[in-house]
Amino acid sequence: MKFTVQINEGPYQHQASDSALQFTKAALEKGHEIFRVFFYHDGVNNGTRLTVPPQDDRNLQKAWSELAEKHGLDLVICIAAAQRRGIMDENEAKRQGLDADNIAPGFRISGLGQLIEGGIQSDRLIVFGD
Amino acid sequence: MAMLHIVNKSPFERNSLKSCIRLAEEGSSVLLIEDGVYAAMQNTSVADQVSAATGLKFYVLGPDLKARGMSEEKLIDGISVVDYGGFVDLTAEHDVVQSWL
Amino acid sequence: MSTVKKFMFVNRKAPYGTIYALESLEVVLISAAFEQDVSLAFVDDGVYQIAKGQSTEEIGMKNFSPTYTALGDYEVTKIYVEKESLDERGLTIDDLMDLKYEDEDDDWAEKDSIRVVSSEELAQIMGEQEVILSF
Repeated sequence: MKFTVQINEGPYQHQASDSALQFTKAALEKGHEIFRVFFYHDGVNNGTRLTVPPQDDRNLQKAWSELAEKHGLDLVICIAAAQRRGIMDENEAKRQGLDADNIAPGFRISGLGQLIEGGIQSDRLIVFGD
Repeated sequence: MAMLHIVNKSPFERNSLKSCIRLAEEGSSVLLIEDGVYAAMQNTSVADQVSAATGLKFYVLGPDLKARGMSEEKLIDGISVVDYGGFVDLTAEHDVVQSWL
Repeated sequence: MSTVKKFMFVNRKAPYGTIYALESLEVVLISAAFEQDVSLAFVDDGVYQIAKGQSTEEIGMKNFSPTYTALGDYEVTKIYVEKESLDERGLTIDDLMDLKYEDEDDDWAEKDSIRVVSSEELAQIMGEQEVILSF
């Protein structure tokens, strides 16, 4: 089965990102395919590399980046939502005349069409949010 | 195949469970996750609402129950506990998934 | 991409208090480009998203409600509003924006996009969808 996972909330504030991470891991363990993980609304904040969470608790951004690397996952951050909230990759930052970028490894910024495409191409689309 | 409804908010905080039950077709399933698991417990003011929804099959995510110190022994009769693997299986066994946020 | 799926966007939150109404509308508009079978459902506080007469100057936010009137041009012509949600809020269809589309199969006759439906009817319509997005 092919899954697209949508995450509507940022890390730690809501359980959405954690639930999605656990679901995604379980799906991969069962041999399913994750077509795409799409971060929307505050979910884009999962993709900043500048977080320094306490050492004795999970590091959500690293967890996503590492899972993406291990399984070749497509982690997509919505460009419109990212622009609103200040998640930038090098190209976007240059385009916007900003002096820094902050995207985490394994994430890429793209359009909302990627979410719709996920719905079309996948067998199931699951939304985690508030 | 039928729809899998996911409810993640407490029934005392939001109307998500109420709306889900109102709009879920008979034969579909409801999976309670995150704060939604409280709806699975006996003796709450919503327990009757859950028990009365006889056309729906209820599941609850075990890890979220444990996290919140809720005992599986105090679940409403007929609710099945699943882990994340079971969650994945449920999504595969149903046609479509709808999240009530 | 020749696959056409029935997509439903379920809106249950009020506008302005949170961003979900605005950003979910942006997804709907993008979905039009993919020629899918799109419908919208307004349930619970979601019905407030299409309440008429929104005026936002004094809260300093953009009034995005005019965008709903463009949905017809994007071929989003099935807008379901749950009657129970309206009743609970003391609203009727007269309190909602006048959303229309031009039916190309009927000589471009202007028709209402909003269909007020009962919970039972909406449950059935939801049951026919293939992809459901919640915000």
